[in-house]
Amino acid sequence: MKPLDFHWFRFASPATFYPLAGRMIPLFWLLAAVFGVAGLWVSFFVAPTDATQGEGYRIIFVHVPASWMSMFIYIMMATWAGIGLAFNTRLAGMMAQALAPTGALMALLSLWTGALWGKPMWGTWWVWDARLTSELVLLFLYLGFIALQAAIDEPRRADKAGAVLALVGVVNVPIIYFSVKWWNTLHQGASVSLTRAPAMAQAMLWGMLLMALCFWMYSIAMALTRVRAIILEREATHDWTHGLEEVMA
Amino acid sequence: MLRAEGLSCRRGDRELFAGVDLRVEPGQWTHVRGANGAGKTSLLRILAGLAQPDSGEVRWNDSPIAQDRAAWNTDLLYLGHHAAIKDELTPIENLRAASELEGHTLTDEQALRALRRFGLKGREDLPVRFLSAGQRRRVLLARTMTRPAVAWILDEPLTALDSSAIEDFSSLVADHLSRGGLAVVTSHQALPLAGGQELVL
Amino acid sequence: MKALLAVIHRDLLIAMRRKAEVLTALFFFVIVTSLFPLGIGPEPALLRKIAPGVLWVGALLATMLGLQRMFAADYADGTLEQMALSPQPLALLVAGKNVAHWLVCGLPLVVLAPVLGLQFGLDGQSLAVLTLGLLIGTPVLSLVGSVGAALTLGVRGGGALLSLLVLPLYVPTLIFGAGAVEAQQSGMGASGHLSLLAALLALAAFFAPWATTTAIRIALE
Repeated sequence: MKPLDFHWFRFASPATFYPLAGRMIPLFWLLAAVFGVAGLWVSFFVAPTDATQGEGYRIIFVHVPASWMSMFIYIMMATWAGIGLAFNTRLAGMMAQALAPTGALMALLSLWTGALWGKPMWGTWWVWDARLTSELVLLFLYLGFIALQAAIDEPRRADKAGAVLALVGVVNVPIIYFSVKWWNTLHQGASVSLTRAPAMAQAMLWGMLLMALCFWMYSIAMALTRVRAIILEREATHDWTHGLEEVMA
Repeated sequence: MLRAEGLSCRRGDRELFAGVDLRVEPGQWTHVRGANGAGKTSLLRILAGLAQPDSGEVRWNDSPIAQDRAAWNTDLLYLGHHAAIKDELTPIENLRAASELEGHTLTDEQALRALRRFGLKGREDLPVRFLSAGQRRRVLLARTMTRPAVAWILDEPLTALDSSAIEDFSSLVADHLSRGGLAVVTSHQALPLAGGQELVL
Repeated sequence: MKALLAVIHRDLLIAMRRKAEVLTALFFFVIVTSLFPLGIGPEPALLRKIAPGVLWVGALLATMLGLQRMFAADYADGTLEQMALSPQPLALLVAGKNVAHWLVCGLPLVVLAPVLGLQFGLDGQSLAVLTLGLLIGTPVLSLVGSVGAALTLGVRGGGALLSLLVLPLYVPTLIFGAGAVEAQQSGMGASGHLSLLAALLALAAFFAPWATTTAIRIALE
């Protein structure tokens, strides 16, 4: 089979994507587990104790990857939603819908671990740090997206409306971050940098990278699982779903 | 000429219709019929360009309406379920606003003439919310006179009209057709108009 | 151009005949901002400090109250549909509606704000910065809010959902607007903040009509 014969657009149909996703999911779970174990090992045993912050700083190995993923997933979600809007395809919209809850979870995790870090380090649960604040706004953007899609009954309209919202949000995220940073630097005394590590030891970097990869693989696995559920829900009247094991049960 | 090929439409889970073809030449009109919920309104909205069909395309004078929306909109008059008039404005203000929104100016004279044609004499200066449902529909129908358009797409135009208004309206459509216009109409009631094709959903 | 003015004229005419609706949002602004001193205490220094934030948040909330009326009535009675079928570009008509909305809901806030600012003991220059900031910022709120209003047309839970969608997007405007007054108060000069607000306005004027038009077409399908 010549490489050029392979029609990628075949997989734009939910019917063909469904089994493909099914085969890919276990692989991503495996990768997530592998990276997770490696990352945790590096985080706890290889990375050195921080001079100023002791052992408590190790929460950044969850906090930073979660933050990265929350932003990365938002961009992916907006991209898929945009593709769905521009080309009027169903699967792209479903992908965006599948990504949103995981993205929201990452944002929540980032905020929660940020708070857990803040308490022992600075004696307070919440800090109006530029990053934490814009992360909070990002969480609201995710929740808004999910709420809008939940409120619209007609799936195609929900996809398109969500897409417009996600795209408007994507333009806003850098603006929000910048504005909060500006606001933050003018309020002297409230600015603490959660990831200020003057010279980050190699091992710390590796730890964060491995954990980030773990979260990434996890997100893909979760998104694929969720999109399969969404496909089944929406395509329930189509013939190809009727013979499936999951549906017959 | 209005042409549509292979139109299909899904709403949520249900497929409303598929493989619908339509061809209306100047001077002709098509009566779209079907049970409630069969998708008549959806079809008309697709023809008007308000909604996208799931497959197929609509062509006006051989070019797809999706490509040149402004051209289709210039030649089209669509009257939907809603009265499309503002309660707070008087009939004259409504007609004027509707025209200006399309880039034309309407003189008071023209507006009054249209309103009188539809029996709204003496009511022109009251805000529309003081008019009855039938009178409101007639303000809407008055737009057919103030808005020169070749293609009329009318969704249940006879709603809330009494028999004399129905006759009035039918003669209006007949005039329109004889001047080379075309129309696509849905109606539960029979339209006393000759020479129509039927499309059943 | 004629169509743009026609839309504005029409909407203003309607607003004049439905004064009660319009005035409610204004009264809300007055009441909400007056509640804060009652809740926090009359200490002048404290009031001066919280004034920018309170007034801006009040303006935000009052704008949001008025957002629903931008398209909902036209959607319900079918006139929005007719606008979408007009030979004039829908984006132009939408821009007209945004302007009309601002004239009815935003401009009065700008006029009222200095008066309310006096309640908080703001000095003349701060009041000027507050007013100018609101003058630049309230159009941004109308523009960005119109996207949310269009997306939630005919959707369940409209009002609360609209707030959830739109408030995060309002954050930059709030930060720069309130920040401008604070900068003025602390002697740093508000020009930086105000120029950023102006930049936000330019961005919103560029992007928002496209997004709103798309959202309206989606709602009409």
